[in-house]
Amino acid sequence: MALLVDIVMSGLISGSVFALLAIGFSLIFGVARIVNIAHTAFYMVAAYCIYFATHKLGLHPLWSMVAAIILVTLLGIISYKLFINPIREHHGAVLIATIALAMAFQEVMGLIFTGSYLSVPKLIKGYHVILGVKVFYQQLLTFGAALLILGGLWLLLMRTKLGLAVRSTAQDREVANLMGINEARVAMMTMGLSVGLAAFTGAVVVPLTVLEPHMWMHPLIMMMAVVVLGGLGSLKGSFLGAYILGFAEAMVVFLAPMGAFLKGSVALSIMILVLLIRPEGLFGVSFEEER
Amino acid sequence: MNLIFFYLRKLFSIIKNEVLVLPSRVVAGIFFLALLLLPLFTEDPYLLRILTLTSIFAILAASWDLLSGFTGQMNFGHALFFGVGAYGAAMLNKYAGIPPWGTIPLGGLAAVMAGLIIGIPCLRLRGTYLALTTLAFPIILMGLVFAFPDFTGGELGISGIARLARSRVASYYIAVIVMLCLCTIMWKITDSNTGIIFHAIREDELAVRASGINTTRYKLLAFSLSGFFAGISGGLFAHFMRIAGPSTLEVSMSFQVVIWAIFGGIATIYGPIGAVFVLFPLMEILRFWQDYRILMFACIVLLILLYMPDGLFRWLRDKAEKECPRCKIRNVAMRHTCRICTAALD
Repeated sequence: MALLVDIVMSGLISGSVFALLAIGFSLIFGVARIVNIAHTAFYMVAAYCIYFATHKLGLHPLWSMVAAIILVTLLGIISYKLFINPIREHHGAVLIATIALAMAFQEVMGLIFTGSYLSVPKLIKGYHVILGVKVFYQQLLTFGAALLILGGLWLLLMRTKLGLAVRSTAQDREVANLMGINEARVAMMTMGLSVGLAAFTGAVVVPLTVLEPHMWMHPLIMMMAVVVLGGLGSLKGSFLGAYILGFAEAMVVFLAPMGAFLKGSVALSIMILVLLIRPEGLFGVSFEEER
Repeated sequence: MNLIFFYLRKLFSIIKNEVLVLPSRVVAGIFFLALLLLPLFTEDPYLLRILTLTSIFAILAASWDLLSGFTGQMNFGHALFFGVGAYGAAMLNKYAGIPPWGTIPLGGLAAVMAGLIIGIPCLRLRGTYLALTTLAFPIILMGLVFAFPDFTGGELGISGIARLARSRVASYYIAVIVMLCLCTIMWKITDSNTGIIFHAIREDELAVRASGINTTRYKLLAFSLSGFFAGISGGLFAHFMRIAGPSTLEVSMSFQVVIWAIFGGIATIYGPIGAVFVLFPLMEILRFWQDYRILMFACIVLLILLYMPDGLFRWLRDKAEKECPRCKIRNVAMRHTCRICTAALD
């Protein structure tokens, strides 16, 4: 039973993290057709910003989280304006521009904070014992905050004018442009939104993990797997896919021998199996061939 | 005797009329000669080692271009082929005792098998789906490598395999000659009928299928060809470094290949090769600023892309040469009229 609680907690946490990351990633892909490899690098930068604010400046963790989210969103918009927007028509170039950005962030963070493992204090302390397993309040808080922000995002996309603009640009860029939507501005705002989501993910997850400059690699791979599994551009799919892969990972870690090594392999194999049956992912609409 | 003179004259006129008129061909000729003649002038082991590795990676980048640049099947997991080639060659050498000249082609064949295995599920995917899915395969394989350390050496990899050749110069010549041959073959493939079909599949797969061409077969062919060349480069790498480790399967390895190929300009073959010959030694020069090495590398890539989003070598070639609007033959940019049909160049 204790094992079950462990699996459920760990699956819920990593599922929420993957869901937040994957939705941000598929937003900017849907609107601007940008495969943003640097997405999880922004998540790493946000985590380091929080470390800096709490340990070096002595701010309260909550304020440092807010500051980190704002700063990283600005950073995302600036790097979009400087490096991605000028070459947006060249898909290959955008791709390696984002890879190079991610590498640059990783190196800068490594230079400032060294490569050693760091940690951030929990926002709320204490734990509750369920069936002999310590469930930290921080874990519940992370899970709750993730659900809350996902709900907020859904409202933003479905109920506001900006959301309508984002969805219509994702459906058809040219027609959206003809209808008077400023496509370039929508793309920039979506970039801000998506990076903001990544930063938020970094903020809620940072008390539970260790910081190191390579911490963006594993989430990146899982995030891409989630996006493909759920179907590109489908928020519902990303949400469900994230929890499927999160739980798969947790189960492998806790149940299989050598689980820590195999967790990525098993999750990715699930993705490939699903793709064999449904090439467009669980909820993806098979795109009309873009010619 | 006369026959020999005839052929010599013919060779001379070909060089004069076909090679020397275009800067790109001159550069390619100089590149071949310089690589082959270099050990006559210097036997500096460090320089030879760098150039050997550069040649090995040039094969890898060109093979990515064959699959992803020409056929448009974006592959983010090219490290899979490289890793399978390296591990295949290393295992065959260590456990079966086959010498390098046998293990490297066999490693290439193992990579072809890998290409077919991942090609079959991936054939139904296209574009970004394909790119993100292929990223998964080397990671799955890496998980297996770590999970069975008795057989694969785990984190340390398989070490102590046979040297590529006795001396450094011999290793250098093997790598360089293999690179030049394979890259010429790849360039010939892309120039042939098959290459035209590859091109067409990237541009418009539906139209190709409508013309009665079995695109599935051609895509699988592209996967296995690219896998073969990448596997050979993996085998060369394993025998040159005398170790096949999990670093050959890392995500950064896959990304590195993509960076090289797109930096040089995709769908050209010469672009990725040139990019490796620029970027790999550049990384070595940047070793002087060890801490800032990768940061500077990333900044250089970003800045060059801002001005040449089509790739460095395409940009250079477009600056140096112009295409005749009438007969589509390339000319030096300095000419005002076409060298064949004398139409005015603009």
